[in-house]
Amino acid sequence: MDLSLSPSETEFRDEVRTWLEENNPGPEPETSLDEVIAYRREWQAKLHAASWAGISWPEEYGGRGATLIEQAIFVGEAARAETPSPANVLGLAMGGPVVIAHGSDEQKQRYLEPILTADEIWCQGFSEPESGSDLASLKTKAVKDGDEWVVTGQKVWTTLAQFAKWCMLVARTDPDAPKHKGLTYFLMDMEQEGVETKPLVQITGEGEFNEVFMEEARIPEENVVGGVGNGWSVAITTLMNERAGLAFGAIAQVANSLKRLGRLASETRVNGHSAAEDPLLRDRIAQLHIEAETMRLNAYRGLTKTMQSGIPGPEGSLGKWQWADINQRIAELALDIEGGYATLARGAEHAVANGAWQYSFLRSRANSIEGGTTDILKNIIAERVLGLPRLR
Amino acid sequence: MYFDLNDEQQAIKSTAKEFLAARYKSERIRELIETEHGFDPADWEEMAELGWTGLALPEQWGGQGLGLVELAVLFEEIGYALAPSPLFSSTAAGLALATNGTEAQRERWLPQLASGEARATLALFDAGRPAVIGGFAMEARPDGDGVVLDGAKALVEDAAAADFMLVATSDTRRHLVERDADGVTIEAEESIDPTRRLYTVRFDGVRVDPDATLEGTQENYRPILWRGAVAVAAESTGVAQRAMEMAVAYAKEREQFGRPIGAYQAVSHRCAQMLLETENARSAVYGAAWAADAEPESLPKAAAMAKAYASDAGWRVPDASIQAHGGIGFTWEHDLHFFLKRGRANASRFGDARWHREQVADLVLAEAEAPVPA
Repeated sequence: MDLSLSPSETEFRDEVRTWLEENNPGPEPETSLDEVIAYRREWQAKLHAASWAGISWPEEYGGRGATLIEQAIFVGEAARAETPSPANVLGLAMGGPVVIAHGSDEQKQRYLEPILTADEIWCQGFSEPESGSDLASLKTKAVKDGDEWVVTGQKVWTTLAQFAKWCMLVARTDPDAPKHKGLTYFLMDMEQEGVETKPLVQITGEGEFNEVFMEEARIPEENVVGGVGNGWSVAITTLMNERAGLAFGAIAQVANSLKRLGRLASETRVNGHSAAEDPLLRDRIAQLHIEAETMRLNAYRGLTKTMQSGIPGPEGSLGKWQWADINQRIAELALDIEGGYATLARGAEHAVANGAWQYSFLRSRANSIEGGTTDILKNIIAERVLGLPRLR
Repeated sequence: MYFDLNDEQQAIKSTAKEFLAARYKSERIRELIETEHGFDPADWEEMAELGWTGLALPEQWGGQGLGLVELAVLFEEIGYALAPSPLFSSTAAGLALATNGTEAQRERWLPQLASGEARATLALFDAGRPAVIGGFAMEARPDGDGVVLDGAKALVEDAAAADFMLVATSDTRRHLVERDADGVTIEAEESIDPTRRLYTVRFDGVRVDPDATLEGTQENYRPILWRGAVAVAAESTGVAQRAMEMAVAYAKEREQFGRPIGAYQAVSHRCAQMLLETENARSAVYGAAWAADAEPESLPKAAAMAKAYASDAGWRVPDASIQAHGGIGFTWEHDLHFFLKRGRANASRFGDARWHREQVADLVLAEAEAPVPA
């Protein structure tokens, strides 16, 4: 057991830290989403020029081929420094790894480089209005027509669809096969007549997500990834990638939030003393720090296990569940500390921290839903870790 | 970065698991808790032969000189097996003596503690006063070149089976008092946890010679508090692990409405929660145990976090397991209540969850004064 970084890992961390200090362009603009995306594209180009964008990708595909621990260090340091997000998060974390794992040589040649440079942004067409947690029940259909597939249906919760060139689309190609068997994974060009994108306004008032409507959209047959009928297993690979990569960034973000929470407590007066001196609030602050630390340590235990076995196990579901819970409770506690001012949102003259905690409170409601609901994660843990019987 | 047990630690774990599973079957635990001292001296001798009595004591005094990770491995298994044993109390007192005893005291007692020929315990909390860390009331009244002790200590673990105890006084020193010293009387207390014996020890003009007072004062005992807290937390992790396994096994076999109850999410999600709490406790415990030996400056926060978390998980997981079992879990005949009781009793030892969270709050709110990025 050794929880410290080895000399070479320490050297790597210092290299990352120095690079980020010198290159971090600072907070994203708060103007329009267009400007945010432009800002992120520029940041990703910088990352790629220094081989950080594809940190987990093999070197032969333009990545850095870093070890798992190096990836964890990089993601953690970037979150710690509060850098902008790269523009093409889904392309880097899911699209590229899927093409590398399941794609043909031609597909690798065609798609990988523009993912890294953010010249082409990717989005993910999995969820549908009637297929959320039960993803395999999705209904969007693809019918073969000569050397093309013709797609009709609707996707939802599609992040950055309005900026995306490519959609990782899972559609039903065989309506007669069992539900997991009749699916195919496509790369669909978003810039075509049969595809329409509408922003979906969420409870924060923003439109991070979209609905995507497909009416006889066309996909050339060479854009199938992993073979017709294998869509489910290809999609599962990408979900695993999503979960494994996000953990260490999420952990560092929680650490930043907890620091801010501590500062809020020190600066806020309740009952004639600082909130940081209030026994009840101190107890809750401490509990969140404790749980955040167990989440961090669990992730390192998981990393050791993954390094031994080669694949991330279903235990990763614990971390996603726990992160959502902690993140929500941090924002809830911040509003409790703010007292009456907890009502004032961004823009109000007397809003605390310009309404940042009000935004977090609302935005974090989605944490236990997006990327696998907490309820589904509990099912996964019960069935795949504990071996309990399935109800379905 | 490698967060798993190494081969040697893994060997300690499997030896302990095997030995304890063979010794502490349900019927045997039920027999032992009816005995006067609550454990079997023959088991003690076997534990001594396995090297457990001296596991964490220095090699120069006959111990194995192993670290807190190894001790945590052992106590996690002790908790898992629900073993009734004075091993914990004697180990904690041995560590206190090893770090704060005089050369003569160490030479006199440590080899015997390491070999298992002698046992010791800590007598800290003054009967009738708040049982919190620090602030002891019993006075060490000067008497010639030594001191005299009057009063009573409560919650003394395994006192009747200990050859000596380390008694805390208001000057924050500790005094080595043998069990059969003049003026010492020992009375058993009723505990909710029948797998560990607690006693009230009365001191009626007990004379302590100058060579029986240890060298350290309060700050010197802090490392023992933190290490002890981590070891208790490890025990509670084992308690939680076993209670969770019992719930999962029961949920797979027990059928209602034509299905195993584990197929219902009300039950399966409860089991998932048990896993979350058990794994969190385990990570916190081994993180702190590693810090104790490799990064001692981070031990106070890591230990407080581990003990706070495992204090809660140690009884909540058995509690959830009882609920998953339904009526059978509430019977004396079922073993689950012993796990609930052991977990709840552990929650109060070496600082309870609330006390440890307060320590965490102190440390993290001080850190919050440091600059926040951007």
